[in-house]
Amino acid sequence: LNGKSERTQADIDWSGHISRIIEAQDKAAFAELFAHFAPRVKSFLMRSGSNATLAEDCAQDVMATVWHKAHLYDPARATVATWIFTIARNRRIDALRKDRRPEPEDLPWGPEPEPPIADVMALQQETEMLRVAIRALPEAQRELIEQAYFGDLSHREIAAQTGLPLGTIKSRIRLALDRLRHAMK
Amino acid sequence: MTDTIKHHLTDTLLTAYAAGNLPEAFNLMVATHLSLCDSCRAQAEALEAVGGCLLTDCGPQAMTGDALAATFARIEAGSPVTTPRKRTSAVLPQPLVDYVGGDVSTIRWKSIGMGVRQAILPTSSAASARLLFIPAGAAVPDHGHRGIELTMVLQGAFSDEVDRFARGDVEIADEGLDHMPVADPGEDCICLAVTDAPLRFNSWIPRLVQPFLRI
Ligand SMILES: [Zn+2]
Ligand SMILES: [Zn+2]
Repeated sequence: LNGKSERTQADIDWSGHISRIIEAQDKAAFAELFAHFAPRVKSFLMRSGSNATLAEDCAQDVMATVWHKAHLYDPARATVATWIFTIARNRRIDALRKDRRPEPEDLPWGPEPEPPIADVMALQQETEMLRVAIRALPEAQRELIEQAYFGDLSHREIAAQTGLPLGTIKSRIRLALDRLRHAMK
Repeated sequence: MTDTIKHHLTDTLLTAYAAGNLPEAFNLMVATHLSLCDSCRAQAEALEAVGGCLLTDCGPQAMTGDALAATFARIEAGSPVTTPRKRTSAVLPQPLVDYVGGDVSTIRWKSIGMGVRQAILPTSSAASARLLFIPAGAAVPDHGHRGIELTMVLQGAFSDEVDRFARGDVEIADEGLDHMPVADPGEDCICLAVTDAPLRFNSWIPRLVQPFLRI
């Protein structure tokens, strides 16, 4: 019940913590990030079929990567939760499947030192609304989505559908988030 | 570049990519397409946000008591060097450069007949990836598909019963499609093709040699 009431609160914007790590190697900021995200990464990995020991080890690794790659985080493209999810996902592929994970090449620009605050706010808000929409889904539908992300859906289940051409990449991400959220209804 | 792409990846593929559930060969295809296509990249990053939302709400599992200290020890131990992933080849997006070990000139082609050449890329066995070279104006023998086959053009263009496909375009073929891709005259066509099952050629001779060619 405690967990439930915690979960109904809006997720806070963690990007300030990342800035403090980049600018001041702030260990207190990292400790707060760790307290929030490490247990979630561990949970994600266990739900993906990893045992507790491996999940613990990978979660520590993921959080160390967060420290080392903090300067690569772009708050106008992803929330901290999304960014950490991608690190955990890649770690899971390394650890559980032992596959290489080819990554797209970097965009011709990196994260701006000071992305416009409006861009950051809009991305955070869109993601929060997406989260609310996912939580409001009927149980069965949400379970399907969780299964797709936590479980190992066979590639046999990949059906052919047409992609949707959507302007700059950041506004496109927000558009896509908005569209996803509406598709959840 | 990006706005000339007409044939994109599907939401289903992008979701499986965002979730980390694709076999390596399909991952390579998606990473290669995203390197050329801002539209699919934005969609993939939005689908990663779904993962972020699920992570936030997934119900924490307590870490061991000394986990934070242990993590600081890992941080002190140093980070693996990360090199920026900028394009170094005019034809091959960087994910392919990593698999080939260089530009087009370093690809070790093997003839598969009628002037068509291929090079198998080293991926896990769940699915296979290869580069295809179709000389300008030449055709790939008429064939169907046992599973899903994705073909993305890297240089030149080809046309088949479905449409014309140019740099960045992905053709998605499955059991329902029998086709004979023909390269545009004027430029040799180079494609990345990934499949989760061996191709089934309509003529019996190519079928005989199929196991040896691993396509
Ligand atoms: Zn695309
Ligand atoms: Zn085909």
